[in-house]
Amino acid sequence: MNWIFFFEQCLNGLQFGLMLFLLVAGLTLIFGIMDLINLAHGSLYMIGAYLVATFAQASGSFMLAVALGLVATAIIGMAVEVLVLRGLYKRDHLSQVLATFALILIANETTRAIWGVQPLSLSVPAALSGSVELLPGLHYSTFRLVIIAVGLAVAALLYFVVVRTRVGMLVRAGASNRQMATAMGTNIKWLFTAVFGAGAMLCALAGAMLGPLLAVQVGMGENILILAFVTVVIGGIGSMRGAFIGALLVGVVDTFGRAFIPTLLRTALPPSLADAAGPSLAAITTYLLMVVVLFWKPQGLFPAGS
Amino acid sequence: MRLLRYAVLAAVCLLALAFPQLATWADQEFYISVASRVLIWGLFATSLNLLVGMGGMVSMGHAAFFGIGAYVVGITAVEAPQWSGALLVLPLAVLVTGALALVIGAISLRTRGVYFIMITLAFAQMLFYVFISLKGYGGDDGMQLLARSPLGSLKMADDTVFYYLVLALLALCLLGLARLRDSRFGRVLAGIKDNEARMESLGYATFRFKLTAFVIAGGMGGLAGALMANQNGYLSPNMLYWDQSGTALVMVILGGLGSLWGGLAGAAAFLLLEEVLAAFTPHWQIILGLVLLGVVFFAPRGLAGLFARKPR
Repeated sequence: MNWIFFFEQCLNGLQFGLMLFLLVAGLTLIFGIMDLINLAHGSLYMIGAYLVATFAQASGSFMLAVALGLVATAIIGMAVEVLVLRGLYKRDHLSQVLATFALILIANETTRAIWGVQPLSLSVPAALSGSVELLPGLHYSTFRLVIIAVGLAVAALLYFVVVRTRVGMLVRAGASNRQMATAMGTNIKWLFTAVFGAGAMLCALAGAMLGPLLAVQVGMGENILILAFVTVVIGGIGSMRGAFIGALLVGVVDTFGRAFIPTLLRTALPPSLADAAGPSLAAITTYLLMVVVLFWKPQGLFPAGS
Repeated sequence: MRLLRYAVLAAVCLLALAFPQLATWADQEFYISVASRVLIWGLFATSLNLLVGMGGMVSMGHAAFFGIGAYVVGITAVEAPQWSGALLVLPLAVLVTGALALVIGAISLRTRGVYFIMITLAFAQMLFYVFISLKGYGGDDGMQLLARSPLGSLKMADDTVFYYLVLALLALCLLGLARLRDSRFGRVLAGIKDNEARMESLGYATFRFKLTAFVIAGGMGGLAGALMANQNGYLSPNMLYWDQSGTALVMVILGGLGSLWGGLAGAAAFLLLEEVLAAFTPHWQIILGLVLLGVVFFAPRGLAGLFARKPR
């Protein structure tokens, strides 16, 4: 296997991991602060992607569409939080699972009713559609590089907000001990609506960035939701640092699994068997990673509040 | 209130027994297989209810047993047709899935809460991908069954005959579960759900009790899967996919956690709602979602809660 392919896969893994982080950042905070299992988090990602695709078709500008889509998704997210989720915080996990499952059904079907069953196309803006020669012989898609840059920038911004600002301090306090934070006079209620809005915005950003690479279609949310939950659990519920490391780990492991396991198997097994087992084994790697992590660290890599 | 509950119970049993005749009279034989499907989903949801409702173990990977139960039927039909009689293959499905549950449970029950949810999910998803890659058994196309598992001289291809077989097995499982719930084992399990540390300090080996419940639930889920494969004449890796576990979980919560009838009531309500709403509008999932939200906010103990004794 040549090193150009290896380096390219490293970048792909980094790019996927960073996008996963955008989804997981909101999910882990909601999970950590409000103890809410939100299955509908993937729906916000889908709604974000649909809105950005629609705005992009209407306005012709990708940047403008992303901006509008982010704001609109944040508003939708906050509305859902105030109308539905707020009634669920004190309920057990199972009621939350049922209610947010209901939200998935509603979101998917509403999307289907508005946009139809055909996937939408969201194309890469022309200025970014080319590729850059990073190293001699290594051409890498400009758009994917932009995704990496955006992901890193958002991660840095989030780190700054969570670690260095007063709001971030309240968020961290809420995540490690909600009752104590309330007792100390934090208005967790509105703090959480804001966190939820920010989480929805990050979902929309991930949807906008991944939309041109994957397909914008109903069901895209559920596919990535499982991976996002796996990442949350690996990182440790409620931990931003865990979310970041976990997302990169899952992104790289998943990408490497898909890129290298089939080839490796072909050297060890007869081709027919290798071709059949390779893709499955590649799909299993993230779950294996989670089982291994939970076996050694039952609270995830970075348990919040420790 | 007590009288009303017995009256409802008697009415449901009578309806279940007479359903094929009623459907035939109404010239709607199609609904007999719909009813079989409801009963099989009811059995699957009931087995999950044993875990979630009685034992407090929220599994998101119960589809593993549903799917493997189905694959036992499919693989036996190909590899060992002489064993494909219902009297052999159904117990075999229970044994295989029970053994699988022993392994998955032994590892998963080391964790709790959300981590337990995720680790059971992981096992089911891994099996899903394994069966997608098993091209010899259809891969992601699944397997077509040539016929239902034969049982003596019964005409299994007849939907009515099959309906009564499913009904009998479901009744057996419900009876067994009722006995189990009121036994010492069931009491200990309820105690563990309530407060595991307390049961442990009382000297119960809680892990063993939980693992036993996990194995029983797995075997019962496997039986449901084997019946579903027979009902549809078809099985595929999709039976192992996480949305099957999710649907069963929704049925259990909808019907009533920990209630004996909860799984069956939830499955019946969910599937009938689907059937009715789908005839009414193509966007029926929106209404289904709203109904489920309504259940969460206005009937927090599920449908069974509507008929239950007042909490003391």
